[in-house]
Amino acid sequence: MASINDIRAAFPYFSQGPGATGYVYLDNAATTQKPFAVLEAMNQFYIHSCANIHRGVHRLSQSASIAFEDARGTTAQYFGVNNPQQIIFTSGATESINLLAQGLAKSHLKPGDSIMLSVLEHHANFLPWQEWAHAHQGTLKTLPLTSDFEIHWPELESHFKSGIALLSITAVSNTLGIRLPLEQIINMAKRYGVPVCIDAAQLAAHQYMNLDTLQPDFLVCSAHKLYGPTGTGILYLAPSWLNSLPISKTGGGAISKVSWEKTEYVDGALRYEAGTPNIAGVLGFAAALKKLQQWDLATCEKHEQQCLNYLEQQLIQIPEIIVYAQGKPKIGSLSFNVKGHHAFDVGSFLDRYQIAVRTGHHCTQPLMTHLNVSGTIRVSVGIYTSQDDINAFINALKKTLVHLLKYHA
Amino acid sequence: MPETPELIAETIVQEFSEFGDDWTLKYEFLMEQAIHLEPFPDTYRLDAFLIPGCQSQVWLAVERTENRYHFFADSDALITKGMIALLLRVVQDQTAAAISATSFDYITKIGFHNQLSPTRANGLRSMIQRIKQTVV
Ligand SMILES: Cc1ncc(COP(=O)(O)O)c(C=O)c1O
Repeated sequence: MASINDIRAAFPYFSQGPGATGYVYLDNAATTQKPFAVLEAMNQFYIHSCANIHRGVHRLSQSASIAFEDARGTTAQYFGVNNPQQIIFTSGATESINLLAQGLAKSHLKPGDSIMLSVLEHHANFLPWQEWAHAHQGTLKTLPLTSDFEIHWPELESHFKSGIALLSITAVSNTLGIRLPLEQIINMAKRYGVPVCIDAAQLAAHQYMNLDTLQPDFLVCSAHKLYGPTGTGILYLAPSWLNSLPISKTGGGAISKVSWEKTEYVDGALRYEAGTPNIAGVLGFAAALKKLQQWDLATCEKHEQQCLNYLEQQLIQIPEIIVYAQGKPKIGSLSFNVKGHHAFDVGSFLDRYQIAVRTGHHCTQPLMTHLNVSGTIRVSVGIYTSQDDINAFINALKKTLVHLLKYHA
Repeated sequence: MPETPELIAETIVQEFSEFGDDWTLKYEFLMEQAIHLEPFPDTYRLDAFLIPGCQSQVWLAVERTENRYHFFADSDALITKGMIALLLRVVQDQTAAAISATSFDYITKIGFHNQLSPTRANGLRSMIQRIKQTVV
């Protein structure tokens, strides 16, 4: 178990980066800062064992290949997956969903099928399915949620009964921080044979997941939201989909035999990883996951939770503030607005007061329409966020309000 | 007849120089500019007058009288609206030739150069482009 100070000491952001001069980073849902260990792992690769993988007999290629497959093992273990082959490395959650959508379009999805998504989806888990639906006369259905973002179970069940080809949902809203009850949803979906894809881009950064127990059909996430480098992510395939999900990207590395007439592809993760992967990125990702295990993400999660609860308590005492999904448990993120003022103005002032938050639609425009707002201000915490950071934010917000409330929008 | 764009820009730089490095005063001044911007006619509040690429909504419309151009603008964000107000002060009721030749370097001089970066969400660049486009 590590203290917040130990964790902060492991991130150059606080000693050498903007944090050293007091700039408070509360945009962790967009991306996280990187620990020294991640930078070192990537540097080590480029300095000492830079070579392409799964290609050569020379020692550099071999040690790089071993390191890459070790990283796959680390990642599988982190996600509670016994067979590392079920972990496919991609460039990130967005690429994972696109690969999946194109793969499913070749076999599983039939013209006119219905795909169900929630109103909470990030555009990354919305647009690939919308594209498919437009091209194949498909229908996009919305996961039935009450006004309080609870699942309407009878309605969901009747959707399942009437036939849904795929349910693709986010585990945690990147805008509101609320979590969907994955376990129950997957259980019900399994009863009706509906495959489920989980967008864990947000959840994976805050909570351990055990995929062998949860048993989704597919899961995606990005390394950069998990303290790893940009340009790396995973697509998890359940055992029944591994090798049977059609490939949608082909090229070097993925084959066992190529002739003019016909190509045979290898089995396992490599089948889906054509081309030279982001080797340094994958090694950096594994280094990040090891650090998270060393620090114990479950302990970090409790601490993050305290920060978010404290933040919400502070915010609801300010009369001009509207907190979205107020009172509901949140993971990682919280969204709010200042009555009568644009999120952009609030964010601009906060930046001047040394606070980084995200303002706008957070790539969740359907949710913005649902909430009837043009944007929100989102505060998102990470494992290094301290109560002092939250206090600094609240102070900056109060100063911002003094400026803004002189003017009515 | 308005002063030349150069003279107005100089006045703006002068006004801002009084705030020194105090960005709070600069921002408040921007919001003052926003509050005093001529009301935006409802007839122009249409998608056709929205400038794409801004995080906040920005409308810009223009009316031509003889050879001079009169601009109307609005935004739902005050800081953005203040920035447009600063742009419009310089080009308001000028001729096409004067507007085309206008340099917006004064934005950098008053310390808002970061607002001009291509990725900046307030779309200041798009606004300048739109102003220049409307008069060619
Ligand atoms: C819930 C969710 N899904 C998907 C993504 C897309 O991730 P990436 O841009 O790393 O591919 C994000 C990133 O913001 C996200 O928050």
